[in-house]
Amino acid sequence: MATRTQSTRADHKWGMVIDLDRCTGCQACVIACQSENNIPLNDQSAFLDGRAIEWIRVERYWEGDYPDIKARFLPVLCQHCDNAPCESVCPVYATYHNNEGLNVQVYNRCVGTRFCGNNCPYHARLFNYWEPVWPEDLRNQLNPDVTVRTRGIMEKCTFCIQRIRRSTRGGKQVEDQAFNPACVQACPTDAMTFGDLNNPDSRVSQKWEDERAFRVLEALGTNPSVKYLKQVDAHA
Amino acid sequence: MYYRRTLTDAQINRELLDVVFRTPMWWVVIVSCLGLIVAGAASAFGFMMNQGLGVTGLQQPIFWGFFITNFIFWVGISHAGVMISAILRLSQAEWRRPMVRAAETMTVFALMTSLLQPLIHAGRPWRIFYWVFPYDWARGIWPDVRSPLVWDPTAIITYLTSSSLFVYTALIPDLAIIRDRSTGWRRTVYGILALGWHGNPRQWKLQGIAGILLSALILPVFVSVHSIVSWDFGVSLVPSWHVTVFAPYFVIGAVHSGVSAVVTLMILMRKLYKLENFIWEEHIDAVARLLIVVATAWLFFFWLDLVFALWLKEEQEMTVWHLRLFEPPWSWLFLAFIVFSYIIPVPLWMFRRVRRSFTWMLWTSLMVNVGMFLERLIIIVPALMRKGPWVFTYDTYRPSAVEVTLIVGSIALVALLLMLFSKFFPLIPVWEEKEGQKLIDEVKVGDRVIPALVKEH
Repeated sequence: MATRTQSTRADHKWGMVIDLDRCTGCQACVIACQSENNIPLNDQSAFLDGRAIEWIRVERYWEGDYPDIKARFLPVLCQHCDNAPCESVCPVYATYHNNEGLNVQVYNRCVGTRFCGNNCPYHARLFNYWEPVWPEDLRNQLNPDVTVRTRGIMEKCTFCIQRIRRSTRGGKQVEDQAFNPACVQACPTDAMTFGDLNNPDSRVSQKWEDERAFRVLEALGTNPSVKYLKQVDAHA
Repeated sequence: MYYRRTLTDAQINRELLDVVFRTPMWWVVIVSCLGLIVAGAASAFGFMMNQGLGVTGLQQPIFWGFFITNFIFWVGISHAGVMISAILRLSQAEWRRPMVRAAETMTVFALMTSLLQPLIHAGRPWRIFYWVFPYDWARGIWPDVRSPLVWDPTAIITYLTSSSLFVYTALIPDLAIIRDRSTGWRRTVYGILALGWHGNPRQWKLQGIAGILLSALILPVFVSVHSIVSWDFGVSLVPSWHVTVFAPYFVIGAVHSGVSAVVTLMILMRKLYKLENFIWEEHIDAVARLLIVVATAWLFFFWLDLVFALWLKEEQEMTVWHLRLFEPPWSWLFLAFIVFSYIIPVPLWMFRRVRRSFTWMLWTSLMVNVGMFLERLIIIVPALMRKGPWVFTYDTYRPSAVEVTLIVGSIALVALLLMLFSKFFPLIPVWEEKEGQKLIDEVKVGDRVIPALVKEH
């Protein structure tokens, strides 16, 4: 597929498929991401202020009318768009597309104009309004592979780039499913699949072609690297 | 023929340069008050730097708030300069004379203040130089020219440079007048600034050419600056920002607010510096008539913006407009905006009595700028609140005390800079006034009275 691989130089093109028919909305992915990526604890006030930082969040919406009503869940993370609206508006190249199909955020370059946040239709980009703090007894659980972000900069899901780097360092060949981002690893219902879309045999490549597959806000033409699977039930 | 009051050169010198040579008590009081407000805003900024942007009312979907509103607002105000001085100069509108310098000076100060706003707004202002100055000092990477945020400083710094040159070129003959009338260190300073001006024909000719050239060169800036600022929104994906009409809509809106601000400024200066002999009802009348046209053109573009949204019936865009028009508090702000910026002032300006009343014009022109500030706020914030179908947070934006302080501080800063400028330099160009006088001098030839000077067109 032409749309799948814009970056041809690299060996990899990372992508994800999320099966919404399997998602139970348990939020395990949210917690896993939180601890893997050194995201400060979101207490009640962070949510009330509208400043909670969640690289992946589970959006809940309702289908049908009471009493025949169903809760539906949609885990939303950075879609790593191949045609990312956030990238072209950053004046300092703090966010750009790397040749593995990742939309990467360079914290040291970021000056905090927040234009990328405005331009992301998925609300995947988050701003550090305060200096991050952790309770004393949680200090030692910080992941040494992940930068602790200072206040005043944007951050977002990286597809756990630290795990990608560690596994592929020095051009090492990796087998499919040899590693996964924290959210995928934590998913109890196996709803999320991560892998290399350039490898036609990978699990993610196979699910990518599933007839239930769709992309969110596809009409915007952002060409995301994340697809969702959902059985459309005409009688729901 | 345009009516003019006859003033002697000596009277012009005396009345316009009065404040340069003595410091009235009220000036000291006003400047200290403004200085205090600016100092207050500076400490609010320091507090925000120390604590983080958490002290603002910004939150997750609403990344831009009062600071960007204020940025657009001051760039808008700055459009008065090019409108009044360049366009009216090139079209030889006689009534421009007393307001060219005030307008240009306000342009310069408004632009400086507007440049401060993105700096205040950024998450890490101490790193802003990486963004604004396209020099590859240490990072091995250049600014991304695809970003409208790189176009902004380019446009604004171009405008600032040309406006500063414009003010300075027009100031040189007046600097020489002050130099000739002062002694001691003041004479030295003004002497250096006057660049050896002696008023010989060659110097006048060069100065005239420079004025016309700069006017002509500023004209493209007239179109470019606010167009580029509007592209901050136009090139984004945010519904209701993503429209092509924004560039002309913003430009004409900028002229609307800028020229109104000149009216406010002229009336206040007339009162403060007792310039009754120079700023008359006729001047304000002429500006008000210009404003009717500008405001109506602006309303047309505003209407287009709305119609395009209704025409498309694009779901997300309709959601944004619904929020703007029907959901409080935005519906109230929207009402205030349209009433203040058009519905009250423009019909009033249709009456000659209103146009010639300084009190009415002061309040209506102030009203326009309150409305235009609200316009920018209503463009920015509701669009971000409903920018996608996934905004599951339905909280609204409430500017914090820090943000309000910084907005008030920016107004005080422009006022303070204008007060300081008008203390050391005449705010009404002395030589332009004298030139204007020359144009109406008449001589008697036989039994006929004819103009002493024939103006070349």
